[in-house]
Amino acid sequence: MSKKILHIVSTAYRASLEEQDDTILWLSQSMKNNGAEIDILLRGTAVNYGIINQDASGLRIGKWQQKNPPNFVRDLKKILEKGSKIFFIAEDAAHLGLEQQSFLSGLQDLSEKNLPKLFSSYDFVWNW
Amino acid sequence: MLEKKRILFALMDPPFESARVSLAMRLMDAAARQGHHLVVFAYEGAVFLPFALQKAHANSIHGHDEKQEQHPLSREWIVELQDETARQGGSLEWINCGLCIDERGASEAIPGIKRGSPADFVKWIELCDNVVVIPTQGV
Repeated sequence: MSKKILHIVSTAYRASLEEQDDTILWLSQSMKNNGAEIDILLRGTAVNYGIINQDASGLRIGKWQQKNPPNFVRDLKKILEKGSKIFFIAEDAAHLGLEQQSFLSGLQDLSEKNLPKLFSSYDFVWNW
Repeated sequence: MLEKKRILFALMDPPFESARVSLAMRLMDAAARQGHHLVVFAYEGAVFLPFALQKAHANSIHGHDEKQEQHPLSREWIVELQDETARQGGSLEWINCGLCIDERGASEAIPGIKRGSPADFVKWIELCDNVVVIPTQGV
């Protein structure tokens, strides 16, 4: 049985227009495809990744137009479909004024006070 | 008719590391479309923005081959800025900090990129109408 890893994503939209995704969500999927057991915790501004109806399209530089803008909801859905859990911190969502019904179905909100218990269920907790 | 300005941009961030690069490119694109003259002083990691050896790649997570993925490359964005400024009667002068190039081995840049120093930055501050610094922060 592989070791359990929790990826904490703290920094949202980090070069996401250039990379066309979030680097840690991408890495998580790649590691999962290679046998790692990974769950994800969205904290800080990264809780916004869970909001449906995002649209990052429209970037153009000169005559170049982006055809594959980042799509975080698509990526989170894929991660859920592969059996990973995705948590987000309820206090951070509230701080940003994000309401529960705005989030993608399947994401689990979690209070900060429950983080120690969550962390104790993993072999590794990595804050990216 | 819009008066053409000369705008100096100071950049520090490398490609693929933050949203600040795409922000800077969007600002420069907007200025280029209005025919302004752009000057860029690329400092530290920003000297990799016009790095000629950048390569696009496929993305298996997205299920895209290289062509489908159309991965953005900052060197291509800079070419677009060169072309757009030319079309609109403006210009793009891009100066890479020489010491920053040397310490990174980033000497292979696309055509049109000049090697310079903070002395050029100082010179252009005097010659430009305004200066836009894209700040580098730890987040």
